[in-house]
Amino acid sequence: MNNRIVLIFTILLSCQLVGEVMTRLLRLSVPGPVVGMVILFCGLVVRGHVPHDVGVVADGLLQNLSLLFVPAGVGVMLHARLLADHWLALSVALVLSAMITLAMTGLVMTWTARLMPGQGEKAGVE
Amino acid sequence: MIASPQEIWVYLAASPLLNLTMTLAAYLVGDYLFRKSGHMAIFNPVLIAIVILVSILLATGTSYQTYFEGAQFVHFLLGPATVALAIPLYRQFDRVRHSGPAILISLLVGSATAVVSATVITWLLGAPQVVVASIAPKSATTPIAMGISEQIGGLPSLTAVLVILTGITGAVVGTSLLGRLGVREASAQGFALGLASHGIGTARALQVSELAGAFSALAMGLNGLATSLLAPLLLNLLGRWFWP
Repeated sequence: MNNRIVLIFTILLSCQLVGEVMTRLLRLSVPGPVVGMVILFCGLVVRGHVPHDVGVVADGLLQNLSLLFVPAGVGVMLHARLLADHWLALSVALVLSAMITLAMTGLVMTWTARLMPGQGEKAGVE
Repeated sequence: MIASPQEIWVYLAASPLLNLTMTLAAYLVGDYLFRKSGHMAIFNPVLIAIVILVSILLATGTSYQTYFEGAQFVHFLLGPATVALAIPLYRQFDRVRHSGPAILISLLVGSATAVVSATVITWLLGAPQVVVASIAPKSATTPIAMGISEQIGGLPSLTAVLVILTGITGAVVGTSLLGRLGVREASAQGFALGLASHGIGTARALQVSELAGAFSALAMGLNGLATSLLAPLLLNLLGRWFWP
């Protein structure tokens, strides 16, 4: 690995940096990192494969993806008052809306995939 | 000459070291309990870590601003991690490409469903306009959702919290709900998780399979885009009915 990890982080950060500049330059409503994801994707298409070390570092980062949401989530304490006043509306809305959205998206995806020929393969069922 | 506990506390409370260490440690505890419980969804590592950290911060009287000075180093990695999602997406791109039309239709239906269901329910239960606007973009990934919230008259920092809570909810109920509804393809499971629950849903989908993770990363990116177009439009239409 030696300095490969520095190189890979430089690649990831450069993609994000170009993404951030592009969103501001073109006044896009998409955030920089998502544009950065598209840029890296295009880079991989040009390259034709994922270099082994890049894959290892990226997989390591993504396996711990949910850790990265903890600091923003702790921000819940900033809105204790608002959340306490509207806890019922918010918790019902969060749970029901998540369930309705998951169900609609999953079902529509399954139905439309079945309507398209050559679709609906049963891949990677848990 | 030994320093008093107060002196040490003054040093620790002011440095980012303690809060950064606590963030990682709280997550490890959450992850340990999650594994120990046999991956029971309710033992979500993010949820456990947040509960532990908020309890400690409240007990020690530490402000969120002080905490974030340490935790920002973890928060910062969200950017490069989002960029890195291109890799599972690339590896699975052949599978993704064949699902083009299904992806487009599911995206539009799912994105609109997320905005309409969240706003209608909070409005029906009597929440004020600022709360309804704050919850509207909750299925989009954090930075996009905060931007939309500001644009439509919500509170961006409240939106950030609702986004995380939506992510946790989706990760907790997602796979079992989809399985019960007969949605068994990894592609559809992943797409639904990423659309409804952005990065936290994607973290969950990556545990199912790399294919599910790739579809989830794609859904997260596309739904960020779709929500930024649909949420202002839908809230404007619904607003005429909610607050005539």
